[in-house]
Amino acid sequence: MPPYDLPDARGHFGPYGGTFVAETLIAALEDLKAHYARYRDDAEFQAEFARELKHFVGRPSPIYHARRWSEKLGGAQIYFKREDLNHTGAHKINNCIGQALLARRLRKPRVIAETGAGQHGVATATVAARYGLDCVVYMGSEDVARQAQNVYRMKLLGAQVVPVDSGSRTLKDALNEALRDWVTNVEDTFYIIGTVAGPHPYPMLVRDFQSVIGTECLTQMPELVGRQPDAVIACVGGGSNAMGIFHPYIDHVATRLIGVEAAGEGIATGRHSASLTQGVPGVLHGNRTYLLQDENGQIRETHSVSAGLDYPGVGPEHAWLKDIGRAQYVSITDDEALAAFHDCCRIEGIIPALESSHAIAYATKLASTLARDQVLLVNLSGRGDKDMHTVARRAGMEWQ
Amino acid sequence: MMNRIDATFQALHAAGRTALIPFMTAGDPSIESTLPTMHALASAGADVIELGVPFSDPMADGPVIQRSSERALARGMSLRGVLAIVAEFRQTNTRTPVVLMGYANPIEAIGQRAFVDAAAQAGIDGVLVVDYPPEEAHDFAAMLTARELAPIFLLAPTSTPERIAQVASLARGYVYYVSLRGVTGAGHLDVADVGDKVAAIKSALSIPVGVGFGIRDAVTAQRIARVADAIVIGSALVQTMLDAPADAVPGTAGAWLHEIRIALDEAQINRGE
Repeated sequence: MPPYDLPDARGHFGPYGGTFVAETLIAALEDLKAHYARYRDDAEFQAEFARELKHFVGRPSPIYHARRWSEKLGGAQIYFKREDLNHTGAHKINNCIGQALLARRLRKPRVIAETGAGQHGVATATVAARYGLDCVVYMGSEDVARQAQNVYRMKLLGAQVVPVDSGSRTLKDALNEALRDWVTNVEDTFYIIGTVAGPHPYPMLVRDFQSVIGTECLTQMPELVGRQPDAVIACVGGGSNAMGIFHPYIDHVATRLIGVEAAGEGIATGRHSASLTQGVPGVLHGNRTYLLQDENGQIRETHSVSAGLDYPGVGPEHAWLKDIGRAQYVSITDDEALAAFHDCCRIEGIIPALESSHAIAYATKLASTLARDQVLLVNLSGRGDKDMHTVARRAGMEWQ
Repeated sequence: MMNRIDATFQALHAAGRTALIPFMTAGDPSIESTLPTMHALASAGADVIELGVPFSDPMADGPVIQRSSERALARGMSLRGVLAIVAEFRQTNTRTPVVLMGYANPIEAIGQRAFVDAAAQAGIDGVLVVDYPPEEAHDFAAMLTARELAPIFLLAPTSTPERIAQVASLARGYVYYVSLRGVTGAGHLDVADVGDKVAAIKSALSIPVGVGFGIRDAVTAQRIARVADAIVIGSALVQTMLDAPADAVPGTAGAWLHEIRIALDEAQINRGE
């Protein structure tokens, strides 16, 4: 098989991806494409990116053997890629640094971002402060109310947070509003998209910046266990942490790739965010991909206990990996994710993000069906500090 | 048979007039008012009617049309519903071209080919899909053209000569020049800027150029009419319809458009002298 080499020049992954935007955005995307083509292979750019990841983010992140939990389960050995140990507490910062370095080279003094739970917003506000860029973050007004702590973090970092009152007042509407801002202020503004979705070149560019995760694993796993893992498991909302750890493994066909979507209150209830396993292909936010939509092509409201997975679309490269069978996609309910969250706290002494808890939940399910010499690598994409209030409320506690 | 859009522009050109193209969202402010409002606009001097197909995520629209889409969807409007309204409009009006304007996903949900067949059957004359730029619309444009429907494309202040040429190879009917950086209903227009750009587009294209985004009243319409073949008015009309008493939407919309029609024609008579 020839090495995996997507997207094509026009940003397509098979029938997915592409540039489905209004003409008003084309010039900005062409400009970004041209600059990225230049810096992607530029030694000085890559060296600065690597330096920032090392000294500002704290990379490489370690891989940790969840030994006690694996023993309790009595099956495969579970390893965590510790993205939760990054500065700002999740993988999001990797991509924000890459895009901020591009923004500086494109001489754009202003950056904008969309955010759901606030993790990408915090990471964007962080790099904007670090590089002295003006920063505006769009956030659905529902999410502003639910994530007061992250809103305050962004403000501390000097960003302006703009609540979005249109549509369902969540992540997808924040993304719409950020696109509208970009169309209006395209001269001086760089749009830092937080996931592997959006129009070309974003799905490729975000994947490339996040691929540092999987690239590190390729070196670390042989050092730790003498070989590559049997499966790599990651949660999928838009899909950036999953693409980041999957992509360097695509040509290692012996390693299974498993993406875990949010089944919310259960697939049968309709209250979920499982775009790949329950959606149909369509066009949203600049790319063709699997979408949760009604029979008239209107985008459906989604649900997950973890705000970071609460999105009706998914990165187009995941859609392609699903269709060609290279990756497999499954789903985990709110309750299963919460159970894994509590187990992880008490058995391993790690408080994982609710998003990452979906990947962990599936890994523990799978591990108990496998032999003890099997190795599962889970992307622990973020830490759970941000989720204290959600978990406390589910346990019937009040949280200030 | 000649496409109604081409026939309309030919007649206007012969008379030395600028086309007036109102935009309204199907299903807003109510589903029942849509058909009578289309008739009222046609009687008031609309040369083409752009009918907005509501979508849950209208990324290129400003607040007025966003809210309009939300209201229309809340009342149950859909792409199939829009096609049914146009079919009914065609029962009595076989002259005024109707162009659908909207986003890709409702079309993708029906399927491109099935949609094009249904649109041709309903008596639609042109289709503008905001998020199908030319590089993603070759097949779709060919399907439309094969059924005598006009694929209508946007051009922007940032469109390069190469892109204008790319659009020229696919577009039929007219092209829609977005006169501002921004979303629908935004900001104010620099007429001299628009004039220069429209002149450049016209030299590269054999079809008429309409200008929209930011035209809100008779005065801006008059100014833009000096440089464009057509002017498109959307947000201002949608807002006027929303503010009208529920039982007076068609009449209010028609009266409002008629004033712009008169102003436009006056400006043209003056220019002729």
